[in-house]
Amino acid sequence: MDWVRMISKKSFFLGLSFLIIILLATLPLYIPPYPVISLTSIIMYIIITVSWAIFSGPTRYISLASAAFFGVGVYTSAILGEALLLPVVIVIGGLVSFILALFIGLLTLRLRGMYFIIFTFGISELIRHSLLWWETKMMGTVGRWVVAVDHVVVYYVILVIFALALLTAYLVKRSRFGLALKSIGEQEEAATHIGINATVVKTIAFAMSAFFMGAAGAIMATRWTYIDPKIAFNPLFSFMPVLMAIFGGTGQLYGPIFGAALFAYLEEILITKFPYYYMLIFGSILIVVILFLPHGVVGLVQKWRKGGLKRQNANP
Amino acid sequence: MRILEGEKVTKHFGGLAAVYHVDFAIDQGEVVGLIGPNGAGKTTLFNLISGSLPTTTGEIRYKGKKITGLKPHQICRKGMARTFQSAKLFAGMTVFENVLAASLFGTKRAITVSDAEREAMELLEFVELSTVGAMPAKDLPIAHRKRLEVARALATQPDLLMFDEVMAGLNPAELAQAMELITKIRNKGMTIFMIEHVMKAIMNICDRIIVLHHGSKIAEGTPEEIATSQTVVEVYLGE
Repeated sequence: MDWVRMISKKSFFLGLSFLIIILLATLPLYIPPYPVISLTSIIMYIIITVSWAIFSGPTRYISLASAAFFGVGVYTSAILGEALLLPVVIVIGGLVSFILALFIGLLTLRLRGMYFIIFTFGISELIRHSLLWWETKMMGTVGRWVVAVDHVVVYYVILVIFALALLTAYLVKRSRFGLALKSIGEQEEAATHIGINATVVKTIAFAMSAFFMGAAGAIMATRWTYIDPKIAFNPLFSFMPVLMAIFGGTGQLYGPIFGAALFAYLEEILITKFPYYYMLIFGSILIVVILFLPHGVVGLVQKWRKGGLKRQNANP
Repeated sequence: MRILEGEKVTKHFGGLAAVYHVDFAIDQGEVVGLIGPNGAGKTTLFNLISGSLPTTTGEIRYKGKKITGLKPHQICRKGMARTFQSAKLFAGMTVFENVLAASLFGTKRAITVSDAEREAMELLEFVELSTVGAMPAKDLPIAHRKRLEVARALATQPDLLMFDEVMAGLNPAELAQAMELITKIRNKGMTIFMIEHVMKAIMNICDRIIVLHHGSKIAEGTPEEIATSQTVVEVYLGE
């Protein structure tokens, strides 16, 4: 009976995802431009959150460098947008972030815990301020214009990046590479003693997650049409994915998706009307989640379905 | 044949010499015990051999090749495995996944996932944990945790196994089981280097014992020689 349930559950999820993809892909045909543009930024947040979770989910290294990788993608697009074709620009945006992440990874992944968090945050701030200084002192103008792209094209590009990020996250989770990442997150010293080259594994995962952030940044730049270091390297791009993923729960793939979708949607609705209350509400929810739902909303649902909330473990 | 040898192995932590000028040699197929009072430098020596810590001076050779300066994962892949004093399991992963990871990454060979899975199952059976394979490792009682660490170490296909107090914290019945398991491993022809405080186990299992005190080797010999050695008795019981 369990088998029947498992198989039907699996095909149910597959069917559901397929339906959602078709729905998302055909959406611009029958809804007005504004919702499409809103949906684009929601998916942008989902991409950053899902790719953040590729690395930080299993390894438990909390990275605050997302803004750096996103911003690098944005600037790549601004610099190369006029000269090259859009798909090329986006791939290059991803690759530049990938390479940057390899360097940052080799430099910082020997740090653990708080030191790693602060260092990654420092790196993105360093890039932002250096760029601002460069533009102010050396170029005389701050910010750049980016070649605009039709909002439907932007939407489809972001959808493709989303699908690829999701597929990558899924494959990594199921692969032996994913098991290595998980072992590192559980007990790094033991992981190295069973033959896992922790530095290499961590750095590659870090760079993979940066690739999608850079690609997302490259396409979003064409929607904003004007960018400067404050927009491109906005620290919120570092913080939001962490909060969204923790809210949703990093144990499962759909946790970060759920968290990012919900908060990005809330942001779309609330930020224009109550910008201060938005952060206030957001912060309060987050404290509640961290205190009472350490595995996020998805973790709560799972626990609940497994047989009640009362079931406690003897050795937590 | 020499499998492991150390020459004037030294480790300083600041001004403290945790391990000082220790020479040792272990032959293939031998079971060697490492004993000494708390703080003698036993675990530090294990950390130096397995690559957790860099040596200050001295050289360690494994199968005739220098391994000082290598990273733990490189040393593991040369065929050396260890357990930890406080079992360092992948707590959130299942018992089976703990062993599977070691089967997949612990060797230089290319192994398919299904082969690694089969191997992990066999090892769980060998240490008598196959019934709890699907449990999260963190839910295991202490005796099972220790056995899981042994299975995980075995999964890396080692020629030399280093046990850091696998018997600490066990009750008499569990102790008997643990000794039986080590004997079983030993009968497979494995070379074993073990730190242990349980004297009964050390005296029964080991071919030879090395005694450390304040970071230096003060005695070495068969269990009988060590048990009757004046220096060792003084170190343990005071003069």
